[in-house]
This record gives sequence, structure tokens and C-alpha cells, in this order.
Amino acid sequence: MVVNQLGDAEIDRIFHALSDATRRDIVTRVLRQEESISQLARRYEMSFAAVQKHVAVLARASLVVKQRSGRERLVHGNPEVLRTAARLLGEYERIWHHRVRNIQDILSEEDE
Amino acid sequence: MTVISSHQDTQALTLTIVAEYDAAPDRVWRVWADPRKLERWWGPPTWPATFEQHDFTVGGSSSYFMTGPDGTKAHGWWRITAIDAPKRLEFDDGFADENGERSPDMPVIHCAVTFEPSGTGTRMTTVSSFASIEELEKLIEMGMEEGMKLAEGQIDAILAED
Repeated sequence: MVVNQLGDAEIDRIFHALSDATRRDIVTRVLRQEESISQLARRYEMSFAAVQKHVAVLARASLVVKQRSGRERLVHGNPEVLRTAARLLGEYERIWHHRVRNIQDILSEEDE
Repeated sequence: MTVISSHQDTQALTLTIVAEYDAAPDRVWRVWADPRKLERWWGPPTWPATFEQHDFTVGGSSSYFMTGPDGTKAHGWWRITAIDAPKRLEFDDGFADENGERSPDMPVIHCAVTFEPSGTGTRMTTVSSFASIEELEKLIEMGMEEGMKLAEGQIDAILAED
């Protein structure tokens, strides 16, 4: 059990967004360098509209940010959100270290 | 003395924690089996746990809540999937709502614990698997190890390692 700082709905959106291989690939690409939706669409064997939908799912989870630039919509990654989600696991590990120490305390107490 | 090691396996989506206690396996087993002992160590530092139900049998359920510093209660549940006292315990751990009802959309963590005699004591190994959210694999890969580096603005170097 993880006590987290994020709302349930927010975590759901992040995990759902990252559950798809294409979307993970998009995140990786746009963290490296911003790309327009048409540039992204050329990289995948799917329609422009399908790529647009994937980007929308990522944007709702704040994993990417869309910006209008002239006639193009540029997409760039938001590493801050990934960091936030990753903290869940770091937190989980810290919780276990704490548990191990607590168990030690209980066992030592019984010895006294 | 407690020897502890931890290991994150981003391929298998597991977190493994190894601890050694100077107490026989049946005594270490009891910190899991006895709800009054269990609730003394399960909760995070500022979130003590209260086990309202602890049916420590295969197929049995536990329900608990943890109380935060401001009085907020975080509810959770266990479902025991394997028991071989005092050697092995497996269970699923999930989130529940304020009524103790399971939250179906939230992650479920599978926990496998083994207790092996080690010298005069016990080696306790817990393996937490995040199998219900395979998505975590990429998340760990992108976040855990590399999150710190990302924080330092070295995004390009990290992505170049892919």
C-alpha cells in the first residue's frame, strides 16, 4: 500500500496513458525533442487521427503539452509528471525499509 | 542484526527486499499472522495501520486502514493466496474506499514472502510485483533510476541510452 501525494484520478490517468506502447514511444520522443503531430503521425503505421487521439490521452495526463505554432501543433514532454509518478515507487521502497526496522523492534522487544 | 538489501527489477516489475532477523522463522512469521503485531509495523512512519479483519488463511481477506497525521484514513485490503507456515506467504494488497470496498481501478500489488532459516535466525525475503499494471515497467524505467538525472536536466543523455 502506497500513501501517495497524487489524487486517485490523476494516477489513473497517468497509468492509463502509459499503458500503450505507441503512447510510451511518443512520450520518449517528445521528451527528447518536440515534434508536431504530423511529424509523429509519419512515424507510426496508423492514421493521423489515431495519433492525434494518443496525444490527447497523453495531454490529459499532463505527460505531454501541446502548443500551437502557426499552423502546426507542437508536442513536448513533461518530465515533471513522470518524476511525480516515479516517486510512488521510491515511496514504496522507503516504506519497506521502515517496515523491516519495525519488525526488528518487535522481535527485540520480545527478547527482553 | 538486520541485514537489508533491496533490488528493483524493471523487467519483472518487482521490488525485492531481503532482511535478516536474529529470531527463528516461526517468530518472524507471527509478526505477519498476529494482527496486533502486524499493525505495529505495516503502516508508513506517520500512517499507523489498524487491521479490522485479518483472516490469515488461504482465500481469506484482511481489511485495514491507515491513519494519517491529519486524521485522514487510507483504506486497504489483503487477499491471502498462499500460506505455508512458517515458510511462505503470498497475498494481494489493494486500495479500498472509505467503506472498505475494493477500488477496482487502482493498482493491486502482489506480495510473496519467504522465511528461510539463516544461522540462528531467519532470512525474510519479500517480493512485491506490480503485475496488474504492466504500465509501471516503462514508468520505472523512465522514472526511478533516471528521474534523478532528469532532474538535473540530462534528458538527452538518458534517452540516448535507449
